[in-house]
Amino acid sequence: MKALLLRDLKLSFRSGGGFGLGLAFFLIVAILVPFGVGPENDLLSKIAAGVLWLGALLACLLSLDRIFALDWEDGSLDLLATSPLPLEAVCAVKALAHWLTTGLPLTLAAPILGLLLSLPESGYVWLITSLLLGTPALSVIGTFGAALTVGIKRGGLLLSLLVLPLYVPTLIFGAEVARRGTEGLAVNGPLALLAGISLAVIAILPFVSALVLRINLR
Amino acid sequence: MASIWEYANPVKFMRLTDRVMPVVAVAAGLCMVIGIFWGFFLTPDDFRQGSTVKIIYLHVPSALVAINAWFVMLVASLVWFIRRHHVSALVAKAAAPVGAVMTMIALVTGAIWGEPMWGTWWVWDPRLTSFLILFLFYLGYIALWEAIESPDTAADLTAVLCLVGTVFAVLSRYAVNFWNQGLHQGASVLRAGAVTGTDTEEKVSNVFAVPLFICIAGFILFFLALTLLRTRTEIRKRRTAALIAREQLA
Repeated sequence: MKALLLRDLKLSFRSGGGFGLGLAFFLIVAILVPFGVGPENDLLSKIAAGVLWLGALLACLLSLDRIFALDWEDGSLDLLATSPLPLEAVCAVKALAHWLTTGLPLTLAAPILGLLLSLPESGYVWLITSLLLGTPALSVIGTFGAALTVGIKRGGLLLSLLVLPLYVPTLIFGAEVARRGTEGLAVNGPLALLAGISLAVIAILPFVSALVLRINLR
Repeated sequence: MASIWEYANPVKFMRLTDRVMPVVAVAAGLCMVIGIFWGFFLTPDDFRQGSTVKIIYLHVPSALVAINAWFVMLVASLVWFIRRHHVSALVAKAAAPVGAVMTMIALVTGAIWGEPMWGTWWVWDPRLTSFLILFLFYLGYIALWEAIESPDTAADLTAVLCLVGTVFAVLSRYAVNFWNQGLHQGASVLRAGAVTGTDTEEKVSNVFAVPLFICIAGFILFFLALTLLRTRTEIRKRRTAALIAREQLA
């Protein structure tokens, strides 16, 4: 498992910007929003938390089809499926590697971009907390989507269409935590629900992804 | 009467639906014509909403069918998973576009109704938003069916998507409720309280309710007829594909 994780991490660092792509996209979203909605600081600080969540989600989406596509093309996915490691574990490791290369850097970069969007000071803690709790769910759900579309040529667009509605609850609760935290309101409710979603999908979806992969490899 | 699983046999299914489908289709047409005519021309205008209330005869039945079509797909997917009956998978495939169109009718009629009533075509209200998400689920489901070539793989994958999608659709429903309080009224046609007599809240008056129920029956029958028709088409497509494959082998 460790070897697979290290291999996936190395691949994403070396193979032409899979790692940097998400971050760059996140940066682009954060920079372009003030051009789109106008540079008023009041307005920006109001929408900053939501915009950053949305940017993180889209950046995550961008790198999803890389999870299985390369392994599928060169046949190493078949090897992984026949290896002693259960396919469920492979899916979990793939999701973890995806989170380490997109979710975690995005979370760490979010405060800097919050500065650009004049996020109020009270918001930083909750923005980071919500992203830290929510992005694993995005990676795991995305792994399921990637497993679903792995056999399809040019499945990227289809993948986005399939995964977007699945992302809705996570986005709503994550952005709600960040927004309420910024305004100094109680965050317990959405925070608990966000954590609940993350834990539930981490516990269940790797099994479903493995099931779907087996069907695709049949 | 033997077990219902007999009709998993395509030949038996075709023979039965050959007789049932025209009946259902005629009944659906009758119900819709009667219900809509009664609703549009024989009921009085609402004292607050005027004649715009009459769009209820399209809006409520289509919304009802839109949700229940997904439920039909869920049950059909489960049957496919557990008992591997091909007809079941084809029913799920056949129901999806009908459900998607019903969702769109509900969204569009809702917007047309909302404009004079609320002064806006669209609000980010929980009911409206969750319907939009349902529409996206339908699109994704149909697209996945279309994208995969092997029919059995497609049936398996879409069945999984349907199950996972159901969980997330329910979750989204509660998420958007949490996220925003709505403008859309609560359930006012079918409520548990109305049956037990404890219901004191405002509900649709009987003058409107009778044609509305006829319309609902019409839409459900219409959905059944379309789904059966589409399932029969799918079965015939499979047979044609099998014949062509055999010819190429020979």
